[in-house]
Amino acid sequence: MKRLLAGLAMLLVAAAAAAGMTPPDELVKDVMLDIQRAIVQDQDLQKGDRAKTIRVIEEKALPHFNHVGMTALAVGANWRKATPEQKRRLAEEFRALLVSTYASSLSAFGDQKFDFRPLRLKPDDTDVTVQVRVLQPGSQPVAVDYDMEKTPGGWKCYDVRVAGISLVVNYRTEFSNIVRDKGIDGLIDALAAKNKSLAAKHAAASK
Amino acid sequence: MIARALATTALALAAAGCATTGGDPRDPLEGVNRAVFAFNDKADEIVLRPAARLYRNVTRQGLRDAVRNFFNNIDDLFIGANNLLQGKGETAVNDWLRFAFNSTLGFFGVIDWASDMGLEKHNEDFGQTLASWGVGDGLYLVLPLLGPSTLRDTAALPVDWEGDLVQQHEPVDERNAITASRVVVRRADLLGASRTLEEAALDRYVFLREAFLQRRRSLIYDGRPPRERPPAE
Repeated sequence: MKRLLAGLAMLLVAAAAAAGMTPPDELVKDVMLDIQRAIVQDQDLQKGDRAKTIRVIEEKALPHFNHVGMTALAVGANWRKATPEQKRRLAEEFRALLVSTYASSLSAFGDQKFDFRPLRLKPDDTDVTVQVRVLQPGSQPVAVDYDMEKTPGGWKCYDVRVAGISLVVNYRTEFSNIVRDKGIDGLIDALAAKNKSLAAKHAAASK
Repeated sequence: MIARALATTALALAAAGCATTGGDPRDPLEGVNRAVFAFNDKADEIVLRPAARLYRNVTRQGLRDAVRNFFNNIDDLFIGANNLLQGKGETAVNDWLRFAFNSTLGFFGVIDWASDMGLEKHNEDFGQTLASWGVGDGLYLVLPLLGPSTLRDTAALPVDWEGDLVQQHEPVDERNAITASRVVVRRADLLGASRTLEEAALDRYVFLREAFLQRRRSLIYDGRPPRERPPAE
């Protein structure tokens, strides 16, 4: 009986994979609740253990982000002028900066309540916005919107908007200012320097 | 009185801060704004942030929620008025019902029953009302002590003050004490956000300006601004 159930479950999983992929709204919900569960269950994460927090983000959240696409959008028109090597470096440094920023705010995530807005997904949709609201007593809920695109590897997020503030748009002016003054390599250097100083700061804080 | 003090400070800083500009068409006064930004930053570092941290350290979450609710409840009357002025009658009624329930059953706003009853909290001010009437942002401004604003929102400030129950409170010394408490309480809620700003930004001035302008745009459209999607790679 047990084996039969297990076999049935496997079949269902295979069928789901064949039929398509996890719908974007379910994916967002699963990932957010999974991360929240990890925090609730782990004292170190609540206390802000940085290495561990970054591991959780890398493991649970990052596979669902298109970080090259995000970088391209944040860099804007200058992206096309970058060489493949510059693109790779830009994406790598931007990704590190986002992970670091995310890690600093993650411990607050533990006791938050979410309102996951269901999405009416049409079969031919390839670009959708998944809406989540973070509820907080006495204040207006904070809207968190995930812009997601369909890729062969599943739905991937390419921008996050918190309270109407798009991450990608927010970086665009900063990035284009730096590229204008110091070129694309200047932007790579600026991002790398920022990441280095953040890493040093957190290393000093954990000692 | 406050307005005059602010105007004088702004002028003084304008004279002092003729620095470079980034050439952003929305921010022609960037040099001045950056000077005011630096001034605000210093004031925050020396006075406001320590006060907010202290408040956070000596109070419990439950008390902070109650205090936040109290101040937010005061705003609901004027938020409703703005919704009415924007032609959103039902939303205005929602805001006033919130105020009515929370001020009575919620012990002067300390408990936010209305949200539990499904009466959602809104965010409105006269700047948003002007925007809904078609008034554009105007240039970006950093106001002394008050922070990021736009020409339109700055022009709307006297009306916001007029509509603020705290600013109508007499006597003046009590009003000042309540205003100061409110500033500290609000700042305490932003301790996390300001740390994020610190970490995420390459140029904090630009990062805050972009975030502010995006946020205002979102508020003006009640969280549903027309989508400006850049072409994906």
